[in-house]
Amino acid sequence: MKKLAMIACAVLAFAGFAAHAQEAGLRMAPAPDNRLDVASLQRGARDFVNYCLTCHSAQYMRYNRLADIGLTPGQITGNLMFATSKIGDTMTVAMREDDAKAWFGAPPPDLSVEARVRGRDWLYNYLLGFYRDDKSATGWNNLVFPNVGMPNVLWQLSGTGKRIEREFDDEGSAEAAAIAVKGLAMVEPTKDHKYMMVSIGPDTPGTMTRTQYEAFVGDLVNYLDYMSEPVRDERIHLGIIVLAFLGVLFALAYALKRDYWKALH
Amino acid sequence: MSKFMTWVDERFPLTALWESQWGKYIAPKNFNFWYFFGSLAAFILVLQIVTGIWLAMDYKPDAAKAFGSIEYIMRDVHWGWLIRYMHSTGASMFFVVVYLHMFRGLIYGSYRKPRELTWLFGCVIYLALMAEAFFGYLLPWGQMSYWGAQVIVNLFSTIPGIGEGLAVWIRGDYTISDVTLNRFFAFHVAALPLVLVALVVMHLMALHETGSNNPDGVEIKKQPKDPKTGLPLDGIYSHPYYTVKDIVGVIGFLIVFSAIVFFLPNMGGFFLEANNFIPADPLKTPQEIAPVWYFTPYYAMLRAVPSFLETQVWGVIVMACAVLIFFALPWLDRAPVKSIRYRGRLYKGFLIAFIVSFLILGYLGTVPVTVWGQFADAFPFHGADRATVVSRVLTVVYFAFFLLMPWYSVRDKTRPQPDRVRWP
Repeated sequence: MKKLAMIACAVLAFAGFAAHAQEAGLRMAPAPDNRLDVASLQRGARDFVNYCLTCHSAQYMRYNRLADIGLTPGQITGNLMFATSKIGDTMTVAMREDDAKAWFGAPPPDLSVEARVRGRDWLYNYLLGFYRDDKSATGWNNLVFPNVGMPNVLWQLSGTGKRIEREFDDEGSAEAAAIAVKGLAMVEPTKDHKYMMVSIGPDTPGTMTRTQYEAFVGDLVNYLDYMSEPVRDERIHLGIIVLAFLGVLFALAYALKRDYWKALH
Repeated sequence: MSKFMTWVDERFPLTALWESQWGKYIAPKNFNFWYFFGSLAAFILVLQIVTGIWLAMDYKPDAAKAFGSIEYIMRDVHWGWLIRYMHSTGASMFFVVVYLHMFRGLIYGSYRKPRELTWLFGCVIYLALMAEAFFGYLLPWGQMSYWGAQVIVNLFSTIPGIGEGLAVWIRGDYTISDVTLNRFFAFHVAALPLVLVALVVMHLMALHETGSNNPDGVEIKKQPKDPKTGLPLDGIYSHPYYTVKDIVGVIGFLIVFSAIVFFLPNMGGFFLEANNFIPADPLKTPQEIAPVWYFTPYYAMLRAVPSFLETQVWGVIVMACAVLIFFALPWLDRAPVKSIRYRGRLYKGFLIAFIVSFLILGYLGTVPVTVWGQFADAFPFHGADRATVVSRVLTVVYFAFFLLMPWYSVRDKTRPQPDRVRWP
């Protein structure tokens, strides 16, 4: 038993290294935890096909797979399919790769498994991380992904943000100010040995309030996360059954072993 | 049934084979927890071969299609996700189990006379397993697959004179490309599995020839026979005793394995790396290229060795020696006892230092060398990365465990090994 506990500890310690790599000094707000919220996934799917799927493909995701999140074939063909008429097709885009390269510098990445690359929190903060920047080619910049090629395509909903910089003499106060933002913020050392706290403040309003927009992005991220591994719920449900079965099997096998070994002296 | 077996046995020594290899194989009765990992390694080998066959039915070894075919397996193939996760988890768990199996060999002196060949076959299995894992890791054709392969093949190009040509010969191209993917697929699914299975057979035949070691290092073959059973005093038949015991081990393993497959298939980025969900892009080098965790101790050594005489080959040599030195173990150890139970503090100290070095090097291989910052820009380190300095020290400790063994294994104060095993 002691050995089993030791192994369990070792496995947990091993899994504990988990942290996703991110920019040093970046403080991200946690993405809302709504993996099991079907309504949120459905809203996210709707918003994904309306806003993202014009430039980004999801070429490994089939439309009919959306049945997973409670959508009927009628709902899918009627409301979510603009680029194709076959429900078994994958989510491709009409934009040509050459055009995309010319417009954005690089073709927008396929989003099928993007959530497995970036993680929920990164995506959530990235979508909330845009601000106006006259120096960049698109007129936009991003706190999470500096100088990203993508413009803030959702600005009509979100409104525009601006970069706010506050300088502090020591790292502690800069960190404290970053925590007080209660959202996306960054602390970076400056050339003259001070610390800059960077955050994003509202500039012009959009059609959504801040709270509405955060919920919108939360749904979108939730959908992206689902799409990156549609089988996840099934996997976890099956896992519970498998472990219960193996638990019983282990008890039986152990009893069998004890019975055989009783005879040995 | 017995008539049928007679018929077979007159034509093929089936019963004799079964009895010599398992059915009537006599093993010491005091195997402990550490003795599960041999049968578990064999179990995982079968698991990898079976899941691998099913993956190969839908996988496409084509630079344009490979990444997509894995997603196809994950999404559209019935139970494809389960087979894929079993295979990816199995690869890492194979190394977990093999490392624990090797550790068992270390602590109980299983490599000592008369089991040198069993140990040597095992070392070759370890090399073949590393090659198998390396070739297989290219197949998902993600960024880490691609750049990891690039880095490892480039190791060969550091060899003076023939290096560049050798690297091109391995890749079949000037960079990792479709050609490379195709040949790595061939190695991964045909060449190395055949080699591995053959080596495992040799490993087991050699073991069953000499008989198993045990936690006390007692040679049961030298013991007097029990007058009633005719077996050595501390010997029992593998079957049914270790059959039923190993079944417990396999199910226990499956519980851990399933917990990973069903709940943590990425294992926090250690079994499936996040960057490997980006399709391979020959024009975009990732910021950090790190091999999968089971290679990281050696990778940390490679990075720690400075270039000298304008070549990086020294790091490659150190790394190769770190793996190959396991082969010399049977001749480095000169202690009068085999098992750690009867060894003194000197050996135990070196062993702990070795294990700690291996683990810390393994950790350092997963992170950038800047992870612990730099030393002050003054004597003695002159602003060097702390992690690099620590890696160098630990690399020396790693080798010291082997190279000083002829000295400390003799000097060590051992206790006499008993005639009978400690049991229960």
